[in-house]
Amino acid sequence: MAHAESQQHPIGIYLAAWGLLFVLSTFSYLVDYFHIQSYLRWSLILVFMMLKAGLIVAVFMHMRWERLALTYAILVPPLLVLVFVGLMAFEADYTVLTRSTFFGTGS
Amino acid sequence: MAQPAVRHTAESLARPEGWQGIVADWASDQRAFKNVPWGKAMMWVFLLSDTFIFSCFLLSYMTVRMSTTVPWPNPSEIFALSFGGEKIPLILIAIMTFILISSSGTMAMAVNFGYRRDRAKSALLMLATAALGASFVGMQAFEWTKLIVDEGVRPWGNPFGAAQFGSSFFLITGFHGTHVSFGVLFLIIIARKVWRGDFDRNTRGFFTSRKGNYETVEIMGLYWHFVDLVWVFIFAVFYLW
Repeated sequence: MAHAESQQHPIGIYLAAWGLLFVLSTFSYLVDYFHIQSYLRWSLILVFMMLKAGLIVAVFMHMRWERLALTYAILVPPLLVLVFVGLMAFEADYTVLTRSTFFGTGS
Repeated sequence: MAQPAVRHTAESLARPEGWQGIVADWASDQRAFKNVPWGKAMMWVFLLSDTFIFSCFLLSYMTVRMSTTVPWPNPSEIFALSFGGEKIPLILIAIMTFILISSSGTMAMAVNFGYRRDRAKSALLMLATAALGASFVGMQAFEWTKLIVDEGVRPWGNPFGAAQFGSSFFLITGFHGTHVSFGVLFLIIIARKVWRGDFDRNTRGFFTSRKGNYETVEIMGLYWHFVDLVWVFIFAVFYLW
């Protein structure tokens, strides 16, 4: 494994990732353009977002060719942010409940 | 049991005193990331910390948006542009997204040509990346001007609805725009180094006095792709949600 400069890949794979990112961005824009609403909207937005993020990290940032020690060290910690998301969603629900109880809705 | 020969690197090296000693001691650890240069590992660690910063911004945006009883302004209408009397929703943001993705594409190829020692192509592709990045910042400046001057959006209030819209918008896009601007600056610096052949002639850097190599281009690329990555999340949760 004595090759530190190992990130040498055919240009085609970058062009393919580039094209896919264009297609996925167009799709997520069309979600807004065609006024898709509610849960379908949110799940489509999140799916396209994660696919784009995955493509950028895996291909453009070469993560799929790195050793697992690096991949896990970088990609696992952000997953813990999801716990934070849960906590803040809980907190926000509580805040909006108190606000509507004591100040009434829509003000 | 044949013991593998354990080499105590920390013992066998000379131990300087004072500040040099502190640096030498901290730098003498075992390598966890075997086949990546330390600069690349450190860039990844920096990007991880930056991920947490942007996560906190997006999380605070989520929290204020979920907890307000005032209706949230519709980004699809606010960021619409009129072409020939017809309003196209979110079109400027869509164009900015495509520009940033394209800049990521050119950057990835610049890294590739850098490793192939194709200096001209690598430098030109990096300059193209910088130009796309600069046009992204320009469009953002246009968007901010439109919102502040024409629509009267302020961090403490706006005519469309919840006041938190302005503060979230300026904080998140402002911080991202700053990242893009610094990226453009560094892209130009690295492109100049590649163009002059600094990495082939082992020229020492102006600030660090270290010899660079073509991994610098890849490390630069990591930063630039990260800026694109953050935009993917901002585009999805701020503009489309």
